[in-house]
Amino acid sequence: MEKFTTHTGLVVPLDAANVDTDQIIPKQFLQKTERIGFGKHLFHDRRYLDASGNESNPEFVLNKPQYQGASILLTRENFGCGSSREHAPWALEEYGFKVIIAPSFADIFYGNCINIGMLPIKLSEKEINELFNKTDTNKLSLTIDLINNNVSCGNTVYNFSLDSFHQYCLEEGIDSVGWTLNKLETIKAFEEKMPAWQ
Amino acid sequence: MSISSKAKTMYEKLWQQHIVEEKAGETPLLYVDRHLIHEVTSPQAFANLKFHNRPVRHPERTIATMDHNISTRSIKIDAAGEGAANQLRTLEKNCKEFGIELFGMGHKNQGIVHVMGPELGLTLPGTIIVCGDSHTATHGAFGALAFGIGTSEVEHVFATQTLRQTKAKTMKIEVNGQVGSGISAKDIILAIIGKTGSAGATGYVVEYCGSAIEALSMEERMTVCNMSIEFGAKAGLIAPDQTTFDYLQGKEYAPKGDIWQLAVSDWKQLKTDQDAIFDSVLTLNAEDIKAQITWGTTPGQVTSVDNVVPSPDDFTDPIEKESCAAALTYMGLTAGTKITDISINKVFIGSCTNSRIEDLRAAASIVEKYQAQGKSVSTNVDAIVVPGSYRVKEQAETEGLDKIFSNAGFEWRLPGCSMCLGMNDDVLKEGDRCASTSNRNFEGRQGRGSRTHLVSPELAAASAIAGHFVDLNS
Repeated sequence: MEKFTTHTGLVVPLDAANVDTDQIIPKQFLQKTERIGFGKHLFHDRRYLDASGNESNPEFVLNKPQYQGASILLTRENFGCGSSREHAPWALEEYGFKVIIAPSFADIFYGNCINIGMLPIKLSEKEINELFNKTDTNKLSLTIDLINNNVSCGNTVYNFSLDSFHQYCLEEGIDSVGWTLNKLETIKAFEEKMPAWQ
Repeated sequence: MSISSKAKTMYEKLWQQHIVEEKAGETPLLYVDRHLIHEVTSPQAFANLKFHNRPVRHPERTIATMDHNISTRSIKIDAAGEGAANQLRTLEKNCKEFGIELFGMGHKNQGIVHVMGPELGLTLPGTIIVCGDSHTATHGAFGALAFGIGTSEVEHVFATQTLRQTKAKTMKIEVNGQVGSGISAKDIILAIIGKTGSAGATGYVVEYCGSAIEALSMEERMTVCNMSIEFGAKAGLIAPDQTTFDYLQGKEYAPKGDIWQLAVSDWKQLKTDQDAIFDSVLTLNAEDIKAQITWGTTPGQVTSVDNVVPSPDDFTDPIEKESCAAALTYMGLTAGTKITDISINKVFIGSCTNSRIEDLRAAASIVEKYQAQGKSVSTNVDAIVVPGSYRVKEQAETEGLDKIFSNAGFEWRLPGCSMCLGMNDDVLKEGDRCASTSNRNFEGRQGRGSRTHLVSPELAAASAIAGHFVDLNS
């Protein structure tokens, strides 16, 4: 996993609450056995006017010229709800997103983002509204400083909190399976004490 | 409050019993007793194991089935297209290579992962069960801590038989009293989601209790726990009791003999201590719960079948207001329309929420009543019934339920996830309106531009025949 320390990028505002993982990556694209190839299908039903994905929907925010090259997704509450499919964060990452900012995330989606090295940031409703207002008038660029847990927008700084281990994993880009495999002795000791029925 | 400080909720007991390691600055490491896998969310996890040359630590703790992608018309692996066949074959190869038991096409144990696990006794109280599928919460009906995980976590469980988890908050949802006649477990859980909203339990593990929950059968309890994720809960739990033990005793994979006795005595200790404190409490009166139906594009956009389609003006919260307006547009509905005036052209009875034998019996009993009046599925409606597993299918056929359905014009299919998510060819067309016993009414879930209304099996069966939603209690 790539290390994450700071990131500066363009924001795209997706002004919708309860965006579920079915919308992020619809089921017809889940038949791959590899981790790649999902980015082009991100938000498929919203992004394209036709089922085969040839005709771009000019009304959808990701298709607007001023947001091309965005790497930070600004959105509303309960982002990533529904299906546990990690294909959703894979699609967002492959499209080019490094950071997602929302007032709240669904639990499984949040964990999936951390596990692939993409940073989900929770800010308050008020702060999110401020950021949405700023994207109305300007192309908005933000800098995320993971070490100091803040987001800078010009002279305004928003602080966010992150579980300390999640922070460590992102900063160091650790292989979490490898990390736990170093604890095999502890796992074995636990197994020896388990009841027979378990 | 000296007693309370030691009193624990069921979740806290399950958590504590599974801590492998808890260290300052590290997310706690929990032991996973049972890992269920299927073809869609496992291939990339296996591929990474191979890349790192790592074995599956306990293949005997993992069970695989084929469910998401498969055809419901044929047991042939190629029957649902090339992409599906590739994933199914990949699962076969991986299970063989890593020594994992697989219930593949044609196997007597094959079925939807959350139907198959419980009916075989793979789901046990007091265990942690995970699966790369958000409806893993179903297994909480047994007093197991069960939750959906992503593919990176599937890989972590394969390699280590553990997972890192941050501790959730606890929510008690108490449903007291007795539900009215014709009110199902699906109505109970939809009514709960209607109260909490689609994210009301994000960050929580929910425990369902109260006399109306205790009175439910295991299958009904599974329906309730299944939809915990639909209001954001990490997991749903119901305390194991005699109903649980009676269901499990003698099941193929359940403990036997002395070990069974030992297990039951351990399981009896799991229930929440009397003085335990929950972070949040919600109480409902069972008598107030009416037959439920979703009108929008999240499970929280739900009302009772005797009601009308709401208007954005009914909501004060600006986000709910906007979501209502957007949902009405997508659903092609006008505020104020009576629910029973909404016509449908598709019906799906199935999914991990409502495809067990009791669900099929409930739907069939409604169909029989209509058949006695000479009524069959409306000529405007295509209706399919998809049993949750081969065992459910066989049982239903033994009882003659398949004949009741097919004589009335329903198609009787082979088990699988089917139209719940439409990864196979059981897909709705743009503009189709479906009464569905599944769990998600998201935009495009059952097919691009399709419109889903979540209902109970009884309501789905009655609506198939009427051609519109019906109030069975009127």
